[in-house]
Amino acid sequence: MAFGQKFKLINMAKKTFVVGCFDDEEVLFPAVKKTRLAGYKIHDIYTPFPVHGLDHAMGLRETSLHTAGFIYALCGTSTALGSISWILTKDWPLNFGGKPHFALPAWIPITFELTVLFSAVGMVLSFCYLCQMAPFVKKHHFHERATDDLFVMVIETTGKTNIDELKGFLSNNGAKEVNVQVAEPGWWLGRYDKDQELIREQVEVA
Amino acid sequence: MHLKYESQLREPLVYGDKTYHQVTEDIVRPIEAKPTKLWYVGFFIAVALLMFGVYSVYREVTYGIGQWNLNKTIGWGWDITNFVWWVGIGHAGTLISAILLLFRQGWRTGVNRAAEAMTIFAVMCAGQFPIFHMGRVWMAFFVLPYPNTRGPLWTNFNSPLLWDVFAISTYFTVSLLFWYSGLLPDFATIRDRAKTKLRKYLYGVAAFGWTGSTKHWQRHESLSLVLAGLSTPLVLSVHTIVSFDFATSVIPGWHTTIFPPYFVAGAVFSGFAMVQSLMLILRKVFGMEDYITLGHIEAMNKVIVLTGSIVGCAYLTELFMGWYSQNKYEGYTFWYSRANLFSPYGWSYWGMMACNVISPQIFWFRKMRRNLFVTFFMSVIVNIGMWFERFVIIVTSLYRDYLPSSWSVYYSPTPWEMGFYLGTFGLFFTCFFLFAKYFPVIAVAEIKYVLKTSGESFKDGMDNIEEKGSEEFAHEYAH
Repeated sequence: MAFGQKFKLINMAKKTFVVGCFDDEEVLFPAVKKTRLAGYKIHDIYTPFPVHGLDHAMGLRETSLHTAGFIYALCGTSTALGSISWILTKDWPLNFGGKPHFALPAWIPITFELTVLFSAVGMVLSFCYLCQMAPFVKKHHFHERATDDLFVMVIETTGKTNIDELKGFLSNNGAKEVNVQVAEPGWWLGRYDKDQELIREQVEVA
Repeated sequence: MHLKYESQLREPLVYGDKTYHQVTEDIVRPIEAKPTKLWYVGFFIAVALLMFGVYSVYREVTYGIGQWNLNKTIGWGWDITNFVWWVGIGHAGTLISAILLLFRQGWRTGVNRAAEAMTIFAVMCAGQFPIFHMGRVWMAFFVLPYPNTRGPLWTNFNSPLLWDVFAISTYFTVSLLFWYSGLLPDFATIRDRAKTKLRKYLYGVAAFGWTGSTKHWQRHESLSLVLAGLSTPLVLSVHTIVSFDFATSVIPGWHTTIFPPYFVAGAVFSGFAMVQSLMLILRKVFGMEDYITLGHIEAMNKVIVLTGSIVGCAYLTELFMGWYSQNKYEGYTFWYSRANLFSPYGWSYWGMMACNVISPQIFWFRKMRRNLFVTFFMSVIVNIGMWFERFVIIVTSLYRDYLPSSWSVYYSPTPWEMGFYLGTFGLFFTCFFLFAKYFPVIAVAEIKYVLKTSGESFKDGMDNIEEKGSEEFAHEYAH
């Protein structure tokens, strides 16, 4: 574990999670509702495909990613118009067939293309940043079939949580498989073909 | 109980009694298996073609554009024909992935991944032609506006050729981002079931640490929707701008206002034909008949007959305008250089008419739309026809222009000109073979998403829903 020895993993805070695996999204929905009503804190639900309405059921707020996309688009528009008009009217005005230097209609295509380009690139980068995704980023996977056919509900526990009761609660609500995992919920730089023991001890911060 | 309802009248999108796991198995299995002999044969043929193309380009770069039969009169020949043809091919992928997403066409899920891959590879091939047509290719970066020591001397932002630079590069970038962001969850699926260390490592890197978190899915959905919304006008703009290369000139046969819609329709037409050719092979080789169904093929044939007829309409409009404008040069170009079978290039015009307008009419018949042999044959015919279209537009307008003294001798390509074109086929198929072997050719997560509404075995469950009134259904299933 070369990586862990080089850096002090102060941010790595292990937590205890109770994991319930469902094999049908139609069983999952009532279970989510009941779990929230019972007052448990759902850390996350991992699904193999986007389950519509699950974000609302979990009480997540709408994403603002599309707003960011709009702002990036405006940046693209102003970059294109600003630079082209500066170049062709101020920096080096060239005479193209006696046409006006400020030839706005002829700039529309490039302005449009840069609008789209800025918006798309910006949104994808924001998406990766918000989801903390990049090559060589590794995260703890609560169940490896969460990307295949299981809907994995992960509940965060506190010292006061009665874990056995919670496990029973999940199986009563249709979970096919229930287990307890101590895991690091964030990400770290690592490789999926190697097991890394990231959390060996909690670092005490004075 | 169903979270979403779809009418029984619609054909299933996924055949067979599938579970989510079965979907993963079916699509990922070819990736995990060893490549077949057929794959090796195809791959090496593609690489050989690519090598021939590299050699042809090498000759062109070393000895100059004189390696091609272009001359003062016909300054654009096979190269720009091929450029427009390949860009057009790319358009179907974006149409399927973006426009059909906005129109909520469920059937796109079966074919969008491979069609998007086709888009990316086709645009890569297209880009080669204008770049090497420059002659001194090492100066290619001059098309980019960057502060330089020559003044700075900027590019001409009023020129359609520069618009093309921006359009094609934006199109390539956005298509790549759209495609790759869709691939992330599927790479994660392969990573999580990988048995070998190498596969786990490589797909682990490729999946960017995707977990399938609900919040991530929510953002992913938003991203896909906005990228689709951006790609839709983008794809229309790309071929519009390509058509501006011609339409803003004063050459008879090019100087027409119908070019943008006519080019876009033609692009979608040829692109769908290419998708058909590839899909028919893909579903056969990988046994994906359950996912790429006859329904998918029929839907695409409907698009082909629609866009083919739009293109046909444009051809007739041009002929009409050639006469109605009473412009001598227009009339000469359309009625002599093109529509007259016995003029030097008349054969290409009538080849185009036969391939693009007359033969696709066969798809008015449902039986023909659902016939695999007819579909495959027609997909090849349409692509040949669309190549002819670009050849007709470029060469028949150029070879006899305003000055009879500069009329060209008969233009035919050199082997190196043809070699370059073959080479792009090599590039395309090399990429496509690698894609088909190492990438999930069908979007796994998206198939799972539509499985319970459009899967064959799940559709029977809709019967009891159909008996209920819509009010009752809405009340019960709304959340």
